[in-house]
Amino acid sequence: MEIQKKKKFTVSASPHVRSGETTTGIMLDVIIALMPALIASVIIFGAKTLAVTAVTVVTCVLSEYISRKIMKRSNTIGDLSAVVTGMLLAFNLPVDIPLWMAAIGAVVSIVVVKQFFGGIGQNFVNPALVGRIVLMSSFPTAMSTWAQPYAWKGVAAVTSASPLAEIATMFNSGDVSTAALKANQALPSLGEMFIGQRQGCLGEVCAVALLLGGVYLFARKVISPLIPALYVGTVAVIMFIAGGGSFTFMMYEVLGGGLLLGAIFMATDYTTSPINTKGKIIYAIGCGLITCVIRLFGSLPEGVSFSIILMNILVPHIEKLTTPKPFGYVKEKKGAKKA
Amino acid sequence: MAEKKSLAKEFSKGIIIENPVLRLVLGTCPTLAVTTSVESALGMGAAAAIVLVCSNIVISALRKVIPQKVRIPAFIVVIAGFVSIVQMLVKAFLPQIDEQLGVYLPLIVVNCIILGRAEAFASKNPVLASAVDGLGMGVGFTAALLAMGTIRELLGAGTFFGAQIIPASISPMIIFILPPGGFFVFGMLIALSNKLAERKGKPKAELKGCEGCPMAATCSMKGDENKCEGGEKA
Repeated sequence: MEIQKKKKFTVSASPHVRSGETTTGIMLDVIIALMPALIASVIIFGAKTLAVTAVTVVTCVLSEYISRKIMKRSNTIGDLSAVVTGMLLAFNLPVDIPLWMAAIGAVVSIVVVKQFFGGIGQNFVNPALVGRIVLMSSFPTAMSTWAQPYAWKGVAAVTSASPLAEIATMFNSGDVSTAALKANQALPSLGEMFIGQRQGCLGEVCAVALLLGGVYLFARKVISPLIPALYVGTVAVIMFIAGGGSFTFMMYEVLGGGLLLGAIFMATDYTTSPINTKGKIIYAIGCGLITCVIRLFGSLPEGVSFSIILMNILVPHIEKLTTPKPFGYVKEKKGAKKA
Repeated sequence: MAEKKSLAKEFSKGIIIENPVLRLVLGTCPTLAVTTSVESALGMGAAAAIVLVCSNIVISALRKVIPQKVRIPAFIVVIAGFVSIVQMLVKAFLPQIDEQLGVYLPLIVVNCIILGRAEAFASKNPVLASAVDGLGMGVGFTAALLAMGTIRELLGAGTFFGAQIIPASISPMIIFILPPGGFFVFGMLIALSNKLAERKGKPKAELKGCEGCPMAATCSMKGDENKCEGGEKA
């Protein structure tokens, strides 16, 4: 200590050039990017959207504060990551979910998935997705009771099953041609799917709003478009083939369920996605593959959350496989003469 | 007096200090599989405890007769005998429990706790001490299963021993009676017992090769973990 005090200059480890980027700033960008989807959801599902979101966000922040206090760790609610988790969790819930269930999901996300493993940057899977999956396994009825769009305005209900469940049934019966899809009265049109006039979790319905948020994140360079593009692309290609070349079927699969929400906001989580490009490619294609397998052959209509969680778990192994070669490194050939 | 004290110690160590499930991490298979309700947890615990006490007594009595080289098959035969008796009794008098436990009742034969105690304790100690050791371990096993069963049934079904505790209007978290909930509760209980042990200055329950293995004292493969014959098998 004495010696250090005498020195007039400080020697620090690299990096010496710092950017102004902070965790709080990035999280704030994500929150801004989520806003269009939130507003769309309020228009589609009514003010109850705000109540669900408020409950999950407040519970997330509170449980982060309390759990870190109990574990005698520093207070990290200022980085806004708990707010993002809370919003994403709310976006993955149906609007009519009892609020106490939403709160349980928030506690699971923050305390079990995030803080038990060491807090921000240490969680091995996406906290909001685990919150959703725990709720889905715990309260299957409440988690699959979808509100009609504009039901809060008193618009008469037409459909009963979610679009994704509807096309899954059609796929199993073997006919997913454009004509058959158009003839099905239970399905909203592709245009309605695009603007979010359909049943689903409160944040996943409006494709336009999600894309808008995605574009904002790409423009701000918070996330690279690689993972979302490849993920959605993989699903599109597989679904195109599975549907026997039916473009309409492919579009329903891409717009339906939580694919866009998952691909843009959840699969791109820094902590749980690979760092380098090669890894990202493997990760995104893996996500797409598992999503398709679950949607086409699984007993559940939706597979986005499980596919992202499964690939999250594989990330350390993907990173190991794709560690870049140091510059100038030459692999020693077998049987090569030693100099 | 000294004898009595040590017997009490043999009994109590199985319940807390060397709790087979939470401290030695043995017998995890039945622990995860049959603790979906308090009733089946209690049934499993009691059945295993009875087998444990009986097999400990017999193996201890035969410890000078059983040749060292074939001791494991000999132990298994003794244990399987008692498991068959218990299984027949349960089938005859408690058919409901038998239905709940299913395949896990005959699987007590390969329960690590029972073979572990036979190998590590009963084969080297007198009959009375072995019986008390078996009883302590059995009670510890039952207590751990009961703790798991209580948490899982209460949260996962809202009931305790089949009686409604949490009002039916609040839907229970089904995940607790599903396998993931079982692993979660198990992990939390081990974490809790580690925390309590840490406070008392005892080492944590963790897998650390042969040191932490209850078979370490007698294991012929000691030091070579690849050829491990003890540890978790059931």
